[in-house]
Amino acid sequence: MITMPNRVAPASPQPNARGAQPAVRLKQVAKTYQVGAVDVPALKDVSLEVPYHRFSTLIGASGSGKTTLLNLIGCIDVPTRGTVEVCGEDVSELDADGMSDFRARNIGFIFQNFSLVPVLTAYENVEYPLLLVGVRPEERRRRTLEMLDAVGLTAQAGQRPNELSGGQKQRVAIARALVKRPQVVLADEPTANLDSATGASILKLMRQVQAESRTTFIFASHDPQLISHADEIFAIRDGEIVGHRSGAKS
Amino acid sequence: MNFLAKIVFRNILRNRRRSLMTGSAVAAGALAMLLFGGYVGYIFAGLQTNSVQRTGHLTVFHSGYFQFGPGNPAAYGIDHYQDVMGLIQEDPVLKPMLNVLTPTQSLVGIAGNFSGSVDASKTFLGEGFIPSDRNRMKQWDEFHTGSRPAPDPRLTDADLNRGLVGFGVARMLGLCGPLKLADCPAMPAAKPSGSGSAAAVVDSDLLGLAQRDAGSGAPQTDPQLQLLAATADGAPNVVSLTVAGVERQGVRELDDNFIAMNLGLAQQLVYGRGEHKATGIVLQLKRSEDMPAARARLAVLFKQHGLDLEVKDFGDLNPFYGQVVKMFSGIFLFIAMVMGVIVLFAVVNTMTMNVMERTNEIGTTRAMGVRPAGIRWQFVSEGMMIGVLGTAFGTLAAIAIALTINHAGLTWIPPGNANPVPLKVDIFGKPMLMVGTWIVLVLVATFAALIPANRAARIPVVDALRHI
Repeated sequence: MITMPNRVAPASPQPNARGAQPAVRLKQVAKTYQVGAVDVPALKDVSLEVPYHRFSTLIGASGSGKTTLLNLIGCIDVPTRGTVEVCGEDVSELDADGMSDFRARNIGFIFQNFSLVPVLTAYENVEYPLLLVGVRPEERRRRTLEMLDAVGLTAQAGQRPNELSGGQKQRVAIARALVKRPQVVLADEPTANLDSATGASILKLMRQVQAESRTTFIFASHDPQLISHADEIFAIRDGEIVGHRSGAKS
Repeated sequence: MNFLAKIVFRNILRNRRRSLMTGSAVAAGALAMLLFGGYVGYIFAGLQTNSVQRTGHLTVFHSGYFQFGPGNPAAYGIDHYQDVMGLIQEDPVLKPMLNVLTPTQSLVGIAGNFSGSVDASKTFLGEGFIPSDRNRMKQWDEFHTGSRPAPDPRLTDADLNRGLVGFGVARMLGLCGPLKLADCPAMPAAKPSGSGSAAAVVDSDLLGLAQRDAGSGAPQTDPQLQLLAATADGAPNVVSLTVAGVERQGVRELDDNFIAMNLGLAQQLVYGRGEHKATGIVLQLKRSEDMPAARARLAVLFKQHGLDLEVKDFGDLNPFYGQVVKMFSGIFLFIAMVMGVIVLFAVVNTMTMNVMERTNEIGTTRAMGVRPAGIRWQFVSEGMMIGVLGTAFGTLAAIAIALTINHAGLTWIPPGNANPVPLKVDIFGKPMLMVGTWIVLVLVATFAALIPANRAARIPVVDALRHI
């Protein structure tokens, strides 16, 4: 919602320079919500590591803690206890502005309900994250158009979200999440609001751009299609990781 | 277009009706402040013009005259006033500032009409001046109010004996018929007082004195009054005044007592054959803004030459001016405050609704990496933009209405005036009014937006994303 960059470094350290360090590392993380006078634990001492360049999925029933876990990884929430490291940085120690800058630089989000800015065109929605990290105008334009082309929406660049279909909106959201070349992309039920055919095409697109960009994708989902594509699967139940399956590296 | 400006502008258009209503409240505030401010400004300019045309910007008096002199003007005359005027006239600092420099003589006395069947007398407040100077003073119109009375041909510098009276004086002294005044009731026939009564003897003596003093002039066709006053030595003196017409005064008490005459006649009445003095030396400046500098220079000049004189400005001489300015300033302030409160609540309400409706959007952009300050700045900018657009629209409307009023040929009679003057709304010559209105309304709109903007900035990202 602002035009001026957040005074963050435009480029992040490359993950390759970090050796075998995971993209995300949670140590004994707990999150408790207070509902009135009652404490409701959402996560209980969760520890996990998500490697770089993987297509990882958090699976679990509704209310199991998937979204809370994604929120903590995405630095939009803070744990009650434990440490969250993303791209090698302990984000628990960042203040509000520091977290904003960290997100602007390192994390892309894809939401279930697309969450595009309605007053901006598809092009402007994709361009927005680049403004936040201070990319120069000509570079911004080149990358935005490239990204729109990658998701097949060059023709719709000038259209506003209310003029796009659900699948097109989610493509714009994917382009927006990836255009700044983040280390980690988080997606919360990205296909839940789409019909199965559209969901499949979106999934195919995400898999393709992930493979090309070698970005670390972490999903929260119970879409069987999506789960079948995952390199890493973390099963979560009642706020605890109850299973982990690691597949072949993509 | 700047990205923020683009977002702000599109968000304003997003809820057109709501933005229009809020902008209209701001526009109404601007319209009211500008029109009333312009009207008040014109009243101030009109009153000041009227005062300066009558009494100049500054008047030099003998020290103590202002407190005690009106009761005995003869005792507070300025000695060698022509030398003092020469000093002022030739001063290199004052000379370029001066428009008119002229002496005046105030006096009090008794005026009587003993011609024919009329036998009436009353006290009067007299003012002696140089007619040509007075006519020049009435052409002063620094603020372009359009109030420039035509030169009065009834009094001339050469004819010392002619004068003007207030309408009330004319009525009370039985001059309605001879002056052919409309709406002026004729004086009822007085009871015969008897040829041997004391009053008749006094009247006869006054008439005789006046005729002897005036010499053997040609027979007069205009009515005459006999003016009796005490000279500076305390002796009674009488002169004849040929009444050339009526000059209505805006205040009844003054209208019932006012007699204007040539300076020479007033001096003859007050000083007789002695040294002629003046009660005041009037300075009308070219520009009102020179008044403090002129006043300061006069003080220096009088000190240098050891003159026991004091200076009063038109505000001192016309307290009514200051009272009217205070009253209208108070009303303007009240209207501005009411409009400010209306704008404040309208913008707070609109921006609060905007924040509520866009909470999810706030969460999305915060997740993308926008700082809380960025969210705050966006909503504050929206409030500011509504303020700017509303004020711009209000200003345009005010200009259109002001032009219509100014070309409608309306007139009004200012307080203390007897004659109508043009009614105008002066918003064009008041840059401070325009700038002040813009600053106040845009600041109020911005401040009003700050309250919901702060709330938007503080919403936790997770809560904002969950908001439906």
